[in-house]
Amino acid sequence: MARITAGVATSHVPAIGAALDNGRAAEPYWKPLFAGYDFSKDWIARQKPDVAVLVYNDHASAFSLDIVPTFAIGCAASFQPADEGWGPRPVPAVAGHPELASHIAQSVIQQDFDLTIVNRMDVDHGLTVPMSLMFGQPERWPVRVIPLAVNVVLFPPPSGRRCFELGKAIRRAVESFDEDINVQVWGTGGMSHQLQGPRAGLINREWDNRWLDRLIDDPEELAKMPHIEYLREAGSEGVELVMWLIMRGALDARVRTMHRFYHVPASNTAVGHIILENGQ
Amino acid sequence: MSLEKPYSDIPGTVIFDADQARKGYHLNQFCMSLMKADNRTRFKHDERAYLDEWPMSEDQKRAVLTRDYNRMIELGGNIYFLAKLFSTDGKSFQYTAATMTGMTQEAYATMMLNGGRSPEGNRRVGEAPAKEGK
Repeated sequence: MARITAGVATSHVPAIGAALDNGRAAEPYWKPLFAGYDFSKDWIARQKPDVAVLVYNDHASAFSLDIVPTFAIGCAASFQPADEGWGPRPVPAVAGHPELASHIAQSVIQQDFDLTIVNRMDVDHGLTVPMSLMFGQPERWPVRVIPLAVNVVLFPPPSGRRCFELGKAIRRAVESFDEDINVQVWGTGGMSHQLQGPRAGLINREWDNRWLDRLIDDPEELAKMPHIEYLREAGSEGVELVMWLIMRGALDARVRTMHRFYHVPASNTAVGHIILENGQ
Repeated sequence: MSLEKPYSDIPGTVIFDADQARKGYHLNQFCMSLMKADNRTRFKHDERAYLDEWPMSEDQKRAVLTRDYNRMIELGGNIYFLAKLFSTDGKSFQYTAATMTGMTQEAYATMMLNGGRSPEGNRRVGEAPAKEGK
């Protein structure tokens, strides 16, 4: 039987991908950021997950304003890195897991979560930057990925509560899959940042860290936080953090914190990263 | 009955909601078209002629031509769509964010290195500004 063993969450700032792709990771500006992922690379090499359900948001790459799905699951066999306006990132294609993806889709729709099923899409920095942070620059990614795209661009995103409950539904779906595989759930985006308007550059270190504390120990209550608090306290783009609650919902009520990292700035953004394991 | 918008008193911030998305549909789709290299070339060759192919308002077109990002946002643009426009110009998110704050890119980058813009005084319109006055 398939099992969910751990959750990973990380910011997915595009400038991080650009720094890595352009060989600037050792520069003083970027070095402390990448150092925050040294533990993570060793950890995931030991964990050897077969599949990551990777929760992220598309940034007007696969989805224009013609179609805006709230939750979309990628069921394809592979996904190409998107051309976001300056050519695709020089990273490997992402291998999917069509059998588990369609199993999850059927299961969670029957649990009242009406996912959109996507059989062809390119994946942008929202998905590929977390892969680079966790795996570096391999010739092939050592894990299969089920992309789960969440709308956080067109307000309103799904509520924190809905995201948390979707995580629980995904867990039930995975645990009813017959193959004996090791599955992780990843949440990406955040932490505090605002990319637009005269308030651009907003960072709220205290709020971010309190939010991380609650994500670990009190996620049920944290999931009730209304969108307005994210917008006011963590910036207009900080609301991406609701995606981390899908990851958290897929884990046990009590988890072990294996790693926690926080860094300001990456370009316009506060970077947060956390690794949680199931099992006491 | 109108929708509740508790976010309308956040200073210097436009939330890209249903009303904004409706106003900005063609502006954002124009930006999206710049993901294709051929379209970027045609746009650069004659920006005005390219814009005239889109059913955008004159205000929206003028905001694009003058690269007034705050105005584009006000007229329904969304930053992730506008990213295709500033990428076409070879500009970064940080450059564009800086122009929207009225700071130089250097001053903005320094603010970020010093921990970013404080939320103090920036949560609500009319709130007392932060003591340090960032």
